[in-house]
Parts: sequence; structure tokens; C-alpha cells
Amino acid sequence: MRIRRLLVANRGEIAARVIRTCARLGISSVLAASDADLDALPARMADRVVRLGPAPAAQSYLDPAAVVRAALAAGADAVHPGYGFLSESPALARACAEAGLVFVGPSVATLEAVGDKLTARSHALDAGLPVVPGGEAADLAGARAVADRVGYPLLVKAVGGGGGRGMKLVGSAAELPDALDVAVAEAGAAFGDPRVYLERYVTSGRHVEVQVLGDGTSAVALGDRDCSVQRRYQKLLEEAPAPLLGDDVRAAMADAALALATHLGYRGLGTVELLHDRDRGSFHFLEMNARIQVEHPVTEMVTGLDLVAEQLAVAEGLPLRLHAEDVAVRGHAVECRINAEDARGRPSPGRIERVVLPVGDGIRVDTGVQAGSVVPPHYDSLLAKLVVHGTDRADALARARAALDLLRIEGVATTAPVHRALLDDPELVAGGVDTGSFERWQARRRDLAEVS
Amino acid sequence: MDLTPDDVRDVVRALDGSGLDELHLELADLTLTVRREGAAGWTAEQEVRRRPAVERAEPAETADPASTPGPAGAAVPEGTVAVHPPLLGTFYRAPQPGAPPYVEVGDEVDAETVVGIVETMKMMTPVHAGVRGTVTEFRTANGEFADTDAVLLVVEPAP
Repeated sequence: MRIRRLLVANRGEIAARVIRTCARLGISSVLAASDADLDALPARMADRVVRLGPAPAAQSYLDPAAVVRAALAAGADAVHPGYGFLSESPALARACAEAGLVFVGPSVATLEAVGDKLTARSHALDAGLPVVPGGEAADLAGARAVADRVGYPLLVKAVGGGGGRGMKLVGSAAELPDALDVAVAEAGAAFGDPRVYLERYVTSGRHVEVQVLGDGTSAVALGDRDCSVQRRYQKLLEEAPAPLLGDDVRAAMADAALALATHLGYRGLGTVELLHDRDRGSFHFLEMNARIQVEHPVTEMVTGLDLVAEQLAVAEGLPLRLHAEDVAVRGHAVECRINAEDARGRPSPGRIERVVLPVGDGIRVDTGVQAGSVVPPHYDSLLAKLVVHGTDRADALARARAALDLLRIEGVATTAPVHRALLDDPELVAGGVDTGSFERWQARRRDLAEVS
Repeated sequence: MDLTPDDVRDVVRALDGSGLDELHLELADLTLTVRREGAAGWTAEQEVRRRPAVERAEPAETADPASTPGPAGAAVPEGTVAVHPPLLGTFYRAPQPGAPPYVEVGDEVDAETVVGIVETMKMMTPVHAGVRGTVTEFRTANGEFADTDAVLLVVEPAP
């Protein structure tokens, strides 16, 4: 079915991003916005705006009934859920199907298969992927049995979690009972599912992921990304392609991601997250994200594709129009997440007074704010993404530095100065950092600041 | 100080003749910034001014309970201290749903005692009592949104 009017059930920069592709493709865009976002930048860009509900996400962006009601009221024929919120919700996918709406995302069965992290692990095993040693921890005895097998340190993760939320690091057997209690309570509160599982903690791991696109029958891999620069398990800077990977490892990762997508009969845009062990040179499956990712623009920059357009095409039921031989990765791209946070990572909501964005060849800024925007305290802190494309990695980093020097977002504290300083860090410049590198760099900077 | 149209013309002329992109003038009672639009072509400063017309999916609700402030009046009884959130956000009295609250009315606290948490942009910030004394009253309910000037709770300082 041809999508003619799309309800964008999200906010901020990703809503603006999806609206932009709608405008290019001649699809009428309707933004579903909460009371906090009725006058935000994406609301001003969309063809139409429908009120979704009150500001708290539970009553608006997280309410499948409200989303379907808004879509039907606007006469939309499809719903784009963006990322976060209900983007991987089987309940929304089901409600859309019942209302005769196209859900821009995978099938209900796929969402259930990859949303439950234990089921996702077993699917990955069935598809022949190596998984991080670990297993379900139904109770303390079960957890001890798994821990004896995989060793310490290990991570306690929520079965219903994902995106880095609800993880606990356990250094020794003595810490296990308390960590398990806390993780179970938090998982129940945050995800409505108290089940947790244990995984070996890889101390020198890189977070590398493969972008896939499937039409339900066949799938194609669209290159990899490195998202190892993280603060509190939240990605901060991403790049494509992942630097300093051997050609054989890169090819093996793409093959593994394709094997999983094919095994699942995947239809939609998705990401297979892998943990690359720098010491052993091996990699393991972490989880699969059944949605568009925040960091998708780095892939778009190096491939020249519009991933939202491809996502809409497979949602319409069209067969894949991309094949492996059509996908060429050119140059290198870097994305800096500009969050409303101060240098110490504390949130900084408020009114934005001024926004000056760098422009020029190879520079793209996906923003959800402009001068006069109010950053509400109810949602996450991502304001904008600075994305740069260079002929190679050194060129991309140089362009990122120059672009950050020109970018000005005034009125709230942002992570732009953190990125600018980080881009001068010799470790980052060398490439291939592990997921602990950012926090070690921050600790070194703090020490330095205290000495001087 | 009043700025006449002639003054503005003079300032603009000064900027035009200088080759500068931005002029920032600070006088005792006046701050003036004059900026050349799209300076040098390396940056853009755009603003979408269109005001969206918002449609409603359902008949208008009578009131929006989430945005109406609770009885978090700013005035507290003489001799007591109001505890405000460190950041605006949603106030929670317990570390997670179902857990016992950090403190109850009648509890003794000192300056460092955690009396609640505020969730702002998905991040949790602890709220400290800031004073040694006894909790006498809660003015903001669990799960309620609190601005930075809202009174979360009231503490009667120890003598």
C-alpha cells in the first residue's frame, strides 16, 4: 500500500528528520505531539499537528491508544514511531494493524522475538552467531550457577530492557546478591518485566553494530558503525565505518547480521549490535534493535542513502530495491550528540536563546530545536546531532572540530564543548577505543583540572 | 540611555566600514549586539516562524490535571525551611515504585539526608534536606511535576 499521509509519533530531532523525508517524497506529514511539544520545531515543520496528550510520556508518546486515535483522526495511513518510546512496541504494532494502519517497523512476531533479550539471544544462537557467555538468572541460585560458568566481572541486564538501560556491573561473587535484588526491582519498575540475565563483562570491548534492511524475504547489510564512546552506557559519539577493524572481521560481522536478519525473516530497518573483544579479536551478539537508530546519519553520509525513505518503502510492502553490490561505503562520517547537559552530565532544561549551525560540504545537523525553543524536562536530553563526512577518518575528525567551533547553542548547557575537547584526545584520534575509554578520559581531565 | 535612529545608523555604518561580522557594544546601561546575517557563509541561523494549528484527536478535555500545580504554595510557616528541587522535574519519594519512601513526616533529617529524587530528562538527581531538623509536611506528591521554586517538603530546623 502506498503511504500518502504519515503520522510521526515522536518528537525532537528524529521527528524533524522523518518530516524532512516526507516533504522530499511528497508524503503528507502529521506530527503527533504532547502538550509540551505543540509549538516545537518539528510541529512548525509538519504539514499538520495533532495533540497526542499531556506532557508526561506515559500519557502521550508511550500510549498506543492515543497514537492510534491521533492517526485515525488525522486520516493517516501509516505511523512512524521514530526511536525510543513505542518504536519497538508489539502493542503499538498490533493496535495499528487492528486499525488498518501501516506500522513503519517490523512485524509483531519480530518485535516480540528481539524485544525479549533472552529470546533474541536464542535466535542469534540458532542463526549461528556467537553470543556473550551468560544466561537467565531466575533466582540467586540460578544466577550463581551462571556466574560460576562465565566468571567475574559480569553484567546483570534486564530481559525487557535494552539501549543500555537497566544494567548493573558486578565485580565479584560477594556483590551478586545485592546487585541481583536491585536489578530485579529496577527492571520490574522500568520495563514491567522483572526478569534479568547475566552476561560476561568484556573489559576491553568495542561496540560495533551493523545496519540491516529487510523486506521479509531477503535482507541487505548497509555497513557498520562504531558506538564505543559512551557515558553511563549512553552513546555520545558514533562513526561509520568502524575504524581499525580487519577486513575479515568486518565481513564476518556483516555476514552474522545478515544471517540473523534472514533467520528472523526481518522486514524493516534494524541494527544488530555486536561486542568486539579487542584482546581476543572476536565478536559476540549483544542485541538487535528493531527500529531506526539515533546514529543512522553516519551510515547515510557514507552510503548516500536515505534510510527513512528505504524504511517507508519496505513498510509499504515493496521488495528491497537495494542489493549488496549497490552499497558502497565512501569516506568516513562522525556524529556528535549535542545533549542539553553540562560538562558533568547533569541535565540542563530551559529556553534556547540562539542556535547557530555550521553549514558547508560534508556537514549535516539534525536538530529538533531553534532559537526560542523550550527544552522540556520530561524527555531525553538530545537536542541535535552534528554529522560530518570526510574523505577519510582524519579528514572527518578535522571537519568535526571546525564545525563544532562554529556551532552555537545558547541558553542551555550542551555537550558541544565536551565533544570539542574529546576530538583532541590522542586515544580517540588513534581510533578503535573501547566502551570504557570516555569515562577514563573524563577522569583524567578532572584530575588535570584539579592540579592546575 | 535612549537610542535614536541616528545612533543605530551610526552603529551600522561603523560595522559596515569595519569588515567585522559582529559588533558587541557594552555601555553602563546598554548592551548592543549588531551582527551581519550569515557571516562568511560558514554558518546559518534559521528560524521557522510558522505557528502550527493544533488539531485534537478527541473532544477537548475539561482540564489538564498533569500541568495544574498542586498545593505547592511558596509560603511556609515561620521558623520552618522549605526544601526545593535542585532541578525542575518529576518528584519521587522512593527510589523505585513499591519501595518505602526515603522519609516520612516526623522523620529526623540532617543536611545530607536524601529526602527524595527528581527525574529530569530521564536522569535522577537526589534531593537533600539541606538542613538538620524534622520533616513536618509534604507539599508535592509522589510522581508530581515540580518547578525549581516549588516546595517539595517542609522541615522544622532543630534548635
